[in-house]
Amino acid sequence: MSEGLETEVKTNPQGDPITSAPAPAPSTNGGRKDPHGAAKSQVEVSPEFMFNEAPREREFITGSECAKEAVRRSNVDMSVAYPITPQSETLQLIGVLYGEGYVKEFYRGEEEYGVMSAIAGASRAGVRAFTATAGPGTLRGLEPIVSWAGHRLPAVCMFTCRVVNAPLAIQPDNIEIAYLLNSGMLVFHAENQQDLFDFIMKGFIISEKNDVTLPVGVCCDGFFVTHARGYCAMPDKKYKLAGRDPYRGSVPVLDAENPPARLSRDAPVQKSNFMAYNIHAVWQQEVWAGVERSRKYIEQYMDGLLEAQDVDGADVLLIASGSAAAQSREAVRQCQERGIKAGLIKIRSLRPFPTNELRKLCTKAKLIVIPEFNYIGWLAKDVATAIYGFSKAKIVAGPHVYGGMSMPVEMITDEIECGLTGKKSNTVPPSAIMGVADPAAVAEFMKSI
Amino acid sequence: MELTKELEDAIVAPGPQGFHPPSAAELGVLTPEKGHGLKFGHVVAEEQAMEAMARTMLTRKNATIFPGPLVLWNWNDHAADKAKAVLELAAQLPDVLVIPMPDYRPKYPKVEPEEVINPNHPNLTIWGNKIEACIFIGVHCHYANLTLKMIRAGTNCWTSAICAEQGHEDAMFTVRDSDAAKIRRVVAVFKRVREEMGIKLPENGENVRFTGLQSRVHGGLTHTNPLDFGLSVDPASGNAAAFGHKAEQMQSEA
Repeated sequence: MSEGLETEVKTNPQGDPITSAPAPAPSTNGGRKDPHGAAKSQVEVSPEFMFNEAPREREFITGSECAKEAVRRSNVDMSVAYPITPQSETLQLIGVLYGEGYVKEFYRGEEEYGVMSAIAGASRAGVRAFTATAGPGTLRGLEPIVSWAGHRLPAVCMFTCRVVNAPLAIQPDNIEIAYLLNSGMLVFHAENQQDLFDFIMKGFIISEKNDVTLPVGVCCDGFFVTHARGYCAMPDKKYKLAGRDPYRGSVPVLDAENPPARLSRDAPVQKSNFMAYNIHAVWQQEVWAGVERSRKYIEQYMDGLLEAQDVDGADVLLIASGSAAAQSREAVRQCQERGIKAGLIKIRSLRPFPTNELRKLCTKAKLIVIPEFNYIGWLAKDVATAIYGFSKAKIVAGPHVYGGMSMPVEMITDEIECGLTGKKSNTVPPSAIMGVADPAAVAEFMKSI
Repeated sequence: MELTKELEDAIVAPGPQGFHPPSAAELGVLTPEKGHGLKFGHVVAEEQAMEAMARTMLTRKNATIFPGPLVLWNWNDHAADKAKAVLELAAQLPDVLVIPMPDYRPKYPKVEPEEVINPNHPNLTIWGNKIEACIFIGVHCHYANLTLKMIRAGTNCWTSAICAEQGHEDAMFTVRDSDAAKIRRVVAVFKRVREEMGIKLPENGENVRFTGLQSRVHGGLTHTNPLDFGLSVDPASGNAAAFGHKAEQMQSEA
């Protein structure tokens, strides 16, 4: 292997020097240095120390770099890459970590189906695995991705969301999350660079809990998070999480030398001609039971499935996840300046979904606005389903932007104003507004049935 | 079945619960915290869950212990010690059956439901032996959970799970963190409850009832003394310890 793969001056993917990163110490080994030296000297620490106790220093870095730094500290055994914008830089940087010895195995797959299948093999063999993809890559890899949960495979996959539809585009749009929500994996949605760093590391720990043993998808909105810089507070890179303990999983690891594992471990799922209908049914129940059991660990490590800001006494609640939460936070500030009692609920965990938390928080709200970076409004559907019967609030499923559009804060504040005053919205169609049934129309409808 | 207040309040009630009942997690029951167990879906002190297991196994018909791969295979020294503790548990239950779950593969083309239990069709073993009470021990959690769900759906068997990890919400009774030391605590509770109930063991110690195949293997005997089974383990015989599966990984209490 060649000498250190990074130049002496660290740069971000755009080639700008990272001035806050300390320059490497000069070599004292006759001009030669062990490129894995720093990785070898990392100290294993507990999740509690890493997440809560270790001193942190802030860096102003991109989301891709945050992912790299999270993986550096996560004792990752294997990563498989396949490029797709806006994810490519993340796994390029994981490749750098491989060169530096922080990741033990790394290669480029043939395409996403192969990548996700390889991650399944790695996880099944008992190692800690990480990969990332985006948009069309997510959909290409979807068949193996949705088999991860059924095979009880802990792993972390980062989804840097982008457009998937034709016409082709590479711009931000998080519609792909809709496909992940029913896959049986845990799904977290990062608002910013800090979330991305934290969610990846915490994702490994939660994923590998015996009573969870499920993959974690860490989603973020491409470009807004991956390519933009933000402040990220990180523990020293001399620390890493303890490695995966495969023998504590809820299924045996693949071990050809020892029973009871075998290559096709889950034959009943793959050979339906001799399985009972019942086994698949209870298997699915068990996957979703694992999702339920993850709640306590999300509470423990991530400070809850959601974050509530200024919710007490609020007439208007904005409910958002990912980058929409950042826009919503500013909308709340502007509304409060205008005397509107507005609050924000930022949802961190989409699966499991914070149903009970929302039921409590939304009880007294008069108006709920749910801005999203996609056309279909998957979050609004989940929220409306969760709080049905627990809140009398009018629910506005919008505003929505997609296809790479940004979301001006005014779009959100306008919707709040329309929702409160009854003024006609210019961006949200009447069909996307719930909880405002016209009594006369309902009476007419009832006469006809 | 006598309908007691406890059964009326049960969240995870004995079966048969029907064609396809919701999982315990869907009913809002989750695994207990350290030091606690579950009884019919309610969190109780660990000792209470153990007592409930004992009373059930001592009073219902064809009580059976189902040992799984984690105590049947020589993973490491602690696995062997746990296996001994399971035999000590069996030694407290008159006329108990011990039917293994050696692995998780569906048995093709035909399962022998009276001789083994399999997570893909555990109900066949329960029905075939008319088992009304059972304990799972040493089964990987995913497969134990599948099994417990199916048994609760389709049989009248009261289930217990002695788990090395977080316990099993789909069992009627469960305790968690069960290493060899914890299993021996369960044994002590079983012994106390049995003595309180005035139930005696056979004087010759042969209290484990053989299945048909087990009887044939043992020359037609009908019963055996579980403590007569010597477990000689060669730690260097290629067990999973060589691949990193250490005894400490199975120990929670001692």
